[in-house]
Amino acid sequence: MTNPGPAPDLTPGVPTPSTTGATTDPTPDARRHGALGALADRKKKRIDALAEAGTISSEEGVSLWQSAWRRLRRDPVFLIGAVIVLLFVLVAILAPWLAPHDPRARDLIGQVTPATPIPEPQPGYPLGGDNAGRDMLSRLIVGSRQTLIVGVLATLGGLAGGLVLGTLAGGISGWVDTIVMRIVDVMLSIPSLLMAFSIAALFARPSQWTVILAIAIIQIPIFARLLRGSMMAQRHSDHVLAARALGVRRPAIVFRHMLPNSLGPVIVQGTLVLAVSIIDAAALSFLGLGNPDDSIPEWGQMLGKAQTFFNTYPHIAVYPALCIIVVALGFTLMGESLREALDPKSRR
Amino acid sequence: MTTQASTTAYPSGAGGGEPLLSVRDLTVTFGRGGRAFTAVDHVSFDVQPGQTVGLVGESGCGKSVTSLAIMQLLPSRGNTVSGTVSFAGEDLLSLSDAQMRDRRGRDLAMIFQDPLSSLNPVVPLGTQVAEVLQRHKGMKNAPAQKRAAELLDKVGIPDPTRRLKEYPHQLSGGMRQRALIAMALACEPRLLIADEPTTALDVTIQAQILALLKELVQDSGTALIMITHDLGVVAGLCDEVNVLYGGRIVERAGRHDLFARPRHPYTGGLLASIPRLTEERGRRLTPVPGSVADNIPWDHGCAFAPRCASEIGVCRERTPELVPDRPELGADRLLRCHNPLESNPLDDAPTTEESGA
Ligand SMILES: Nc1ncnc2c1ncn2[C@@H]1O[C@H](COP(=O)(O)OP(=O)(O)OP(=O)(O)O)[C@@H](O)[C@H]1O
Ligand SMILES: [Mg+2]
Repeated sequence: MTNPGPAPDLTPGVPTPSTTGATTDPTPDARRHGALGALADRKKKRIDALAEAGTISSEEGVSLWQSAWRRLRRDPVFLIGAVIVLLFVLVAILAPWLAPHDPRARDLIGQVTPATPIPEPQPGYPLGGDNAGRDMLSRLIVGSRQTLIVGVLATLGGLAGGLVLGTLAGGISGWVDTIVMRIVDVMLSIPSLLMAFSIAALFARPSQWTVILAIAIIQIPIFARLLRGSMMAQRHSDHVLAARALGVRRPAIVFRHMLPNSLGPVIVQGTLVLAVSIIDAAALSFLGLGNPDDSIPEWGQMLGKAQTFFNTYPHIAVYPALCIIVVALGFTLMGESLREALDPKSRR
Repeated sequence: MTTQASTTAYPSGAGGGEPLLSVRDLTVTFGRGGRAFTAVDHVSFDVQPGQTVGLVGESGCGKSVTSLAIMQLLPSRGNTVSGTVSFAGEDLLSLSDAQMRDRRGRDLAMIFQDPLSSLNPVVPLGTQVAEVLQRHKGMKNAPAQKRAAELLDKVGIPDPTRRLKEYPHQLSGGMRQRALIAMALACEPRLLIADEPTTALDVTIQAQILALLKELVQDSGTALIMITHDLGVVAGLCDEVNVLYGGRIVERAGRHDLFARPRHPYTGGLLASIPRLTEERGRRLTPVPGSVADNIPWDHGCAFAPRCASEIGVCRERTPELVPDRPELGADRLLRCHNPLESNPLDDAPTTEESGA
């Protein structure tokens, strides 16, 4: 019999080179650009930390998601976030049936006078009406749809763009990586809302779609950097080395062995980005860069229109603002606790 | 750098015929200039078809780097590889990436130390095994899956058809390593490199995996390079053993010769650290004292000198060369030592026979 006994002074070690990840040292940039650079720097650090977190954990495979879920189930922060998000999604889907009135019908137009432009709350209209005599509650309920559509589509758009760029950079590497990452870093160094305004303002006729496009574009670099970081770490992982040792072709390595294992952090970022998209979309609509047609209610736009009457009737601004805050908070709570649950450092 | 006893000093292998793999002066250097670090230093050895060759040495002596260099799997940047690695008459180091990719998995394959992290966690086992068959044999998915089940069965995984749909984390450590062996041997490569395939497993599983490897390799006539830090593993498996220290081969011998008469003090130390069934209870294992951190550079003497019990003055003055050892101690022995052991340090030497062939 062979006797593979203990080898006292020999510790088994893995010879894999240290995972370099996505740590392009940003400090010199930061010094040059001052405040803006510092902002971009902080953004990059957060993204890279998340990319790393997902990578270390993916070694444990699917069971990692299970252990994360076990922790999440008992995490009150996650549960609060999840309940808010669930309610929001349900309201958005069931809006036409939930809304007591047609949000376009000017039911209370009779009460709108130059002296009292905003109808008071009254039976059947618990939150009153707006300056066109439309029911406030119904408009808020139906407005959730716009918010959901814009948030989800913008996030998906950003995700799609980020997946393409991140896969190019992390999968092909070399000069493709260099070029893509330069572009991404430049985009990250511009404050994102400022960039969204600029993009949205480029279009002659603002609409819901220009908002979605603008917000999707500003999310692309975040997703791209994140994915690239976790793909780079995957590149040096044992199972990619093992696949290479079997002669597996490059595309299969990238799409079957690297990409699926890199998606964890991207999914987490997705939830966080949803919150940002919702706030940014509201901001664009608020500034009149959104859909100009106010017969389709939208929270940001309602908030914008409320400015004129804010001094005498603050409530018509407070309601849409509260909706935006609560929903964004829900997604943030969910995303942050998800991030924490998947982070191996906090698990110990 | 010292000049090495190069190709000429290397005796052709015991089998006499054309070797399957012939490594000559393989040198791998990480980094450049002042911070350059030579992990593998003029390593030469042969592997005959169907032969099992051991590469033995403690952590950090360059075993994995040697095998990765043979497979051309070292990172594309940050290292320089020189020497020749001829496999079935072709110099692998001069092949293009694509040519090498075609050979990996088909002509030469490798299995690694940690079976869990060597499997893709998000892809079912069947897909991973079938992938190799589809890649190298051009099989369609359905027949590849069927063949995958046969392969899993062959490596002793029970209920293979069900296992095909499972994910790596659903398998035990031993089964994962079996699956990796199945993948590596799927295309019947002529050479398999096993890099410490049992280190991450517990002792009973280790023995099973080694027995499996031995059986498969003998059945299919695959040549095997067995990398290990454990001479106990070598005893049951290898025809020939290369002992590495600090990136250089310090001793080469056939298994029986090595166990009967270890010549390099380092080999002697490794041998003494194998626990044996016959020895009286309570005898302390004698590991090699010190650690790799004590090494001196090979340029100025013998790297092992600071840890060596038989050190003499010349050991720190002149680099020992790898030269043929006394022929009466075994055929084709090579040794790099100024003051070799004259007797087996294990005086009560019942050695290989009980761990036998
Ligand atoms: N990518 C790398 N960059 C720099 N140095 C490296 C790299 N890979 C390995 N090394 C160095 O090369 C030396 C040999 O490493 P190697 O992994 O071959 O050791 P090993 O004999 O396989 O040890 P173990 O038994 O721990 O697996 C080590 O000192 C290691 O630090
Ligand atoms: Mg190793």
